[in-house]
Amino acid sequence: MPRKNPHSLETPTLEAPVNLTAGSHFERLLKQGKFVVTAELGPPKGAERAVVEKKAHLLKGYVDAVNITDCQTSVVRMSSIASAQILLEMGIEPIVQMTCRDRNRIALQADLLGAWALGMKNVLCLTGDHPKFGDHPGAKPVFDLDSIQLLQMLKTMREEKKMLSGTPLEGAPSFFLGAAENPFADPFPFRARRLAKKITAGAEFIQTQIVYNVDKFVQWMEEVRQKGLHKKAFILAGVAPLKSAGMAKYMKKNVPGMEVPDAIISRLEKKNSKAEGIEICLGIVEKLRQIEGLSGIHIMAVEWEEVVAQLVEKAGLLPRPASVGG
Amino acid sequence: MIVARPKSFEEIIRLIQNYKKVAVLGCGGCVTVRSIGGQKQAEELASLLRLWAKRQGKDVVVTEATLTRQCEPEFVESINDRANDWEVVISLACGVGVQCLAERFPRIKVLPGVDTIFMGATIEPGLYWERCVGCGECIVGETGGFCPVARCAKSLMNGPCGGSQGGRCEVSPDTPCVWQLIYERMEQLGMGEELDVIRPPKDWSVRPQRMIMEHLRKVDSRQ
Repeated sequence: MPRKNPHSLETPTLEAPVNLTAGSHFERLLKQGKFVVTAELGPPKGAERAVVEKKAHLLKGYVDAVNITDCQTSVVRMSSIASAQILLEMGIEPIVQMTCRDRNRIALQADLLGAWALGMKNVLCLTGDHPKFGDHPGAKPVFDLDSIQLLQMLKTMREEKKMLSGTPLEGAPSFFLGAAENPFADPFPFRARRLAKKITAGAEFIQTQIVYNVDKFVQWMEEVRQKGLHKKAFILAGVAPLKSAGMAKYMKKNVPGMEVPDAIISRLEKKNSKAEGIEICLGIVEKLRQIEGLSGIHIMAVEWEEVVAQLVEKAGLLPRPASVGG
Repeated sequence: MIVARPKSFEEIIRLIQNYKKVAVLGCGGCVTVRSIGGQKQAEELASLLRLWAKRQGKDVVVTEATLTRQCEPEFVESINDRANDWEVVISLACGVGVQCLAERFPRIKVLPGVDTIFMGATIEPGLYWERCVGCGECIVGETGGFCPVARCAKSLMNGPCGGSQGGRCEVSPDTPCVWQLIYERMEQLGMGEELDVIRPPKDWSVRPQRMIMEHLRKVDSRQ
């Protein structure tokens, strides 16, 4: 028996009709005005399917969709599309992360056509870390496109049903497209402008770099609202609990574009425990929820997936809205 | 200016140890300006090789010569007569010069004596920095005079990426973020709004590239 088109499996929503691009659960919740929770899942450094399943089980029911990283920090891991397929089979909605680091325009298009055929509806378009940071520092960095060009290419595929070359598509993917933004990178006055470029290129949702410096994030959101960008795209703030004072200091010093205020570090120095890290994170989430124009949070607890359930529960974000088709 | 760095003496020895008739060829072009592969360096390397051969008790004849430019056929022709005496040539020119010799003298083993690293400028004495990759589609007129293809670690067309902090590139704290430089210059020139426009994917086209200047070809054919 031929397999059904995975995009036709959906049950219709009972809520008010909204204009959907891809028709994913994640998209529907955002467009219905729900405060959305997503989390990140880092695939294994190997072919062990059970690792993906175990991590995914820890997140199921606690978040609305799960980002699958694409060889984060340029370390080789199971591919994001393959891992996303495992999640689909488990009834969990994936957000496929796709970087421009390892694929030229031919491979990007080919892989994403396949992702759509498999039933993946959400794609987060990233430029990607430089291979220098990973486990194969001698790898040739591709960066044929950048994240903005990737967004534009996928938007064109959706709207004009054409490849980047102009070749007509036999079936166009209609992804719900997202981008990342780092409000803490420089030049600060250009960050909201660059976000606007991403939205123009096709981003409908934005997941930000981890927020520790809430004041600076608030300042950035002010600019975002001034430009009306929060009405053109759904903005999810990145959060992640710190495990220790050591981790906080390491991130401040070594992770590019990461700002960890000294107040957080000294708080962890006084009471150095994972529990304190979780408390700090909950405090940040509480503050973020007060910000006008913010549509949700994105929990980036890679290699600490078990903390997500606890965090979501303590933040009072349970139960999650019913999952369509999940 | 093409910038190169000398290969180690050990590597050169390893490459030539089985030969008896060796020539060291300097180049009077770019590598002379950088004091890497000119006449002086060719003489020095030849002397070191003679000394090494003597110490090893090897019977090796080492000659040296310096061409005005190894990348021009007419200068390469100037060594035609002597080339028959050589088994192996160590070229101290850039990768272009090395290949011109190899094409002209197919029976001689031509070895590079330097590693060619980039096209760049002298920032201060002894400090050279890559500025151009010869991509064939110059856009610096739209990016404040700074090239993002050569100077951004990811060659971004719509930078800066999220790794730009304090004006530095995430790849190395010694490297300025070129998109920070572009941003500042464009703002200063009152052209900041141009950065809000999405730049399309770049045409990487086919390599190797070639260029033909018809009027010069006609002059050549009349001669």
